[in-house]
Amino acid sequence: MNALQIIIPLAITYTVPLFLIALGGLFSERSGVINIALEGLLGVGAFASAFVIFQYENIFGPATVYVSLIAAAVAGGLCSLLHAFASISMKADQVVSGTAINILIPALTIFLARSINKGSGIIPVVGLELWDVPLLSKIPIIGSLFFHNTYITTFISILIVLISWYVLYHRPFGLRLRACGENPQAVDSVGISVVKMRYIGVFISGVLSGLGGGLLLNTLVKEFSTLIFTGMGFLALAALIFGKWKPWNVLGASAFFGLAKTVSDIAPLFPSLNRLPSIFLTTFPYVITLVALVLFSKNAVGPRAAGEPYDVGKR
Amino acid sequence: MGKNKFLVSLLAVILGIITGALVMLLTGYDPIKAYEGLLKGAGFILQVPKNATLGDIIFNKRLGDTLLNTTTLILTGLAIAFAFKTGLFNIGVPGQMLMGGFFGVFVGVKLSLHFYIHTPLAVMAAILGGALWALLPGILKAKYGINEVVTAIMMNYISLWSVYYFVQNFLKGNFETESAIINPSASLRVEALTKLFHGSNINLGLFLAIAVAILVWWILDKTTFGYELKAVGYNIHASKYAGIKVNRNMILSMMISGAIAGLAGAVYYLGYTNNIKIGSLPQAGYDGIAVSLLGLNNPFGVLLSALFFGLMNAGGLYMNAATKVPNELVPIIVAIIIYFAATSLMFETWLHRIGSIFRKKEGGSK
Amino acid sequence: MKYIIEMLNIRKEFASIVANDDITLQVRPGEIHALLGENGAGKSTLMSVLFGLYKPDRGTIKVKGKEVKISNPNVANDLGIGMVHQHFKLVHNFTVTENIILGNEKLKGLKIDIDYARQRIKELSNRYKLAVDPDVRIEDISVGMQQRVEILKMLYRDSEILIFDEPTAVLTPQEIEELMGVMRNMTKEGKTIILITHKLKEIKAVADRCTVIRKGKSIATIDVKETSEEKMAELMVGRKVSFKVEKAPAKPGEIMFKIENLNVIGSRGVQAVKDVTLSAKAGEILGVAGVDGNGQSELIEAITGLRKAQSGRIFINNLDISSREIRQRNEAGLGHIPEDRHKYGLVLEFTLEDNMILQNYYRPPFSKRGVLKRNEIRSYAKRLIEQFDVRSAQGPTTIVRSMSGGNQQKAIIAREIDRSPQVLIVAQPTRGLDVGAIEYIHKRLIEERDKGKTILLFSLDLDEIMNLSDRIAVMYEGRIVGVVDADKTNEQELGLMMAGGGKG
Repeated sequence: MNALQIIIPLAITYTVPLFLIALGGLFSERSGVINIALEGLLGVGAFASAFVIFQYENIFGPATVYVSLIAAAVAGGLCSLLHAFASISMKADQVVSGTAINILIPALTIFLARSINKGSGIIPVVGLELWDVPLLSKIPIIGSLFFHNTYITTFISILIVLISWYVLYHRPFGLRLRACGENPQAVDSVGISVVKMRYIGVFISGVLSGLGGGLLLNTLVKEFSTLIFTGMGFLALAALIFGKWKPWNVLGASAFFGLAKTVSDIAPLFPSLNRLPSIFLTTFPYVITLVALVLFSKNAVGPRAAGEPYDVGKR
Repeated sequence: MGKNKFLVSLLAVILGIITGALVMLLTGYDPIKAYEGLLKGAGFILQVPKNATLGDIIFNKRLGDTLLNTTTLILTGLAIAFAFKTGLFNIGVPGQMLMGGFFGVFVGVKLSLHFYIHTPLAVMAAILGGALWALLPGILKAKYGINEVVTAIMMNYISLWSVYYFVQNFLKGNFETESAIINPSASLRVEALTKLFHGSNINLGLFLAIAVAILVWWILDKTTFGYELKAVGYNIHASKYAGIKVNRNMILSMMISGAIAGLAGAVYYLGYTNNIKIGSLPQAGYDGIAVSLLGLNNPFGVLLSALFFGLMNAGGLYMNAATKVPNELVPIIVAIIIYFAATSLMFETWLHRIGSIFRKKEGGSK
Repeated sequence: MKYIIEMLNIRKEFASIVANDDITLQVRPGEIHALLGENGAGKSTLMSVLFGLYKPDRGTIKVKGKEVKISNPNVANDLGIGMVHQHFKLVHNFTVTENIILGNEKLKGLKIDIDYARQRIKELSNRYKLAVDPDVRIEDISVGMQQRVEILKMLYRDSEILIFDEPTAVLTPQEIEELMGVMRNMTKEGKTIILITHKLKEIKAVADRCTVIRKGKSIATIDVKETSEEKMAELMVGRKVSFKVEKAPAKPGEIMFKIENLNVIGSRGVQAVKDVTLSAKAGEILGVAGVDGNGQSELIEAITGLRKAQSGRIFINNLDISSREIRQRNEAGLGHIPEDRHKYGLVLEFTLEDNMILQNYYRPPFSKRGVLKRNEIRSYAKRLIEQFDVRSAQGPTTIVRSMSGGNQQKAIIAREIDRSPQVLIVAQPTRGLDVGAIEYIHKRLIEERDKGKTILLFSLDLDEIMNLSDRIAVMYEGRIVGVVDADKTNEQELGLMMAGGGKG
């Protein structure tokens, strides 16, 4: 009944940005570069979106929010180049480089927010409008769950996952990208630039994470502040591992977390759940993640060459 | 080679400071005033009153605060460094520190004993709390090969919300967001030190931290246990071949790292705040990563690095008050330093190659 | 045209080593031209230059008479040059087809045209007699088939000049015959082949001419038919070489090592070792021959304790060690020189002295009550370094990663032999080493045998097995299919057994 009507749309809203960020992580790791900077990258996207809305609302009018989302994606992509440069060209430890970005971005973006918003580290936004899908939302039961009070960006995101899956498994680019993550020497020996492929992989992860951050801002949090940085980037990493680096599985894993988090968040609304000690509800998403990891990810093996800087000299 | 590494770290710090200055210039702040404020806030630049003694100058309150910050960072840095040296990335230090702190504060609030018993007991409880919290990620990694980064992150959040619940229900204090205050017999604060540093919150934790640094160095360098841990961290297969029990060592390694993090909790919550504040994970836990990386994951490097970061943290608040520069600047500079330190591997390799060309001319190996 | 490929005065330097020093190579169209040299002589580097993986510091390359700059493998491919690598460059979890078309994918509409690829692969497979299954994954096929995939990769790209880098290292004698046939076939179809190898027998079997490389310099180009193996060996090494080891006849004593009905399950859940029963005596070298992947690795792992056996028993000097931990087996008299020295034998980031004590660090005199005794460790390492001639940049404090392969192996051998284990398991001890190191290691193994130790020698190099062993066991598909006296058998018989033919 109504419980589902509240849970499902909320869960979807939480899942979509989480999933886009995880998908971004997928592209990077499949190309062979571990990217734990997802938390920072989503932050850069959220900030870029907030910035555009704050500064240019007058210029773009009702389309501002969509322009800001494009800005979010671009900002994420550009920022990810820092990680790409360190990891690929400078052969830095990929975990360290990612950590540096995760420390830098929250501080830098709040710093910049303060300087444009008279010292306040908070930029509120109106966010995306709720939307009903024409025709489909009228379908009994399913319509009200999935197509009512939703965002147009949700469907764009589904399109993104479709395209990602197709490219990854049916296009030369996808084949070569995956090969870079398993055996870069094989790729090099047929004359394809491993460096170029990896830069692209990391760039895509930045674009998707930035977009995810923009969506996080405009659908869930509705203000740019420290509230953006609550660990969705790390949860995305968990979803990636849980989903064994395959696009549709990662979507499933993200949906799982989205559902768990939503149940935990709205529990106060339900008296029956409310009787449980609050600790069960607040820790529920994380405990269930651990359980899921133990059950499904034993010795989960990622792309074989991920994490190793590519050395031309090694034979 | 060690010299090269040190030079490279130093270069990273310099580049970080310069880049921070650039960021400030671009956003309309005065970098010189800001850095001056930083040093003042850290106790390295003073306005000296007329009757000041040498003791007054050296052991000033702000320096005490710098050392206070340093104390916690030494321990979180060591926790991370120890794990790194043995092949693990323990990003769970914040959660372990909080849980350890909770255990310690619990003992400090609920019991009433003589100082000589109470304090050590509370500290040991904290160490135990941290070690226990690191156990699960360790076991999952050793037995099932599950990535310790993901499990530790989950444990961080579980720690956050568990402590939240336990404090509100068992350790209630005067404010919603704080626990009760510990009995003074459990506090690491000592009158002599507090007077020496003119009222700063510096406490016995500093000596504990330095002692742990020496202990960590000794274990890793001089014992068979350290030999085994390092071997497992570098090469699991060769370790198995050598008859080393790999799983046991991985788990022990995580536990020791967690124990040090727990001690960091003791030092922070029993020495500084005297209670637990709920709702957030201690930032010092994450800063430990930066401290360790800059200190090249070496115990003595961590000591120096923690001093640097302690300076930054202590000075940041003053800088903000005096020059209005937001103290987010501090983590910005820290992150830039780490980034340069990470990319410097190439510089180090180049330096080494240039060096080896000169060495080869004198007749090399092979 | 006189020459289809010319590499003139090529120089290539790495850090401080000159890999190619003014080398000249000229290959005629349609010939099989061998490139002969020891490990580390510079042959692979030279071919990597030709294939575009490296850029030469000096020198020119001409293809079909025209001077070219080969900046990457794509350019090499466009010029018709293809390389079949020694260490296969295949993606383990891709199919055969996906590996062959990587970088050369044809599109049908928006998708990769897999059907066209399969079709073309089938055609090439038939034409050149290279049997492959296009839809299997690389990790599921044999080494021999993997090599065929590597060859097809090049033929798919219409390569005219094919470089084979040490192709026979991992093949049975029969598969080697097949490969020689494939190569001759290719030249009949107009292809040119450059064969990198250090195996004289194969050069004699199939090559037309041969260029000898030694320590980075080209020494001579000879006509294979008119040159003896001895002469070629001499040119390769720079002095008279006998590849046969001098050894006194064995004086075997009691049975020191026994395996009874051993069964071991491998990493992929497959039965790798099936009901193996074997024994070896003191003062004897028992060689174990077989193609890679027939259970040798799992057998070694079960004996040394790195893997738990499913059933069966293992005895050292009549002591049952079947359920003992690795350390206990070592203490019972087992030694192991591992196949993969980087993976199992050494901790590359440790110093030489710390690696020397890898098996013994927990015992006096190297430690007391958990504390390492650095002085003892240092003097022990110094003694071994001198005794076994282990060369390194800074002696005992050298980080092992920076040492050469040969010296790394010597360090491992020093460590294991000095422990004087009663039973020594040796796997691939001379892989990738130069002739000098190989001679030395063979000598030490014979010495240990003469001291009354038991040695189990696992090797994929049939020559090495036949040279050193007193008796030879052959493994095929996890079973021992025959045990023969070394001086009463020959390569044909062994090759037959290695391919499952059974003693005949």
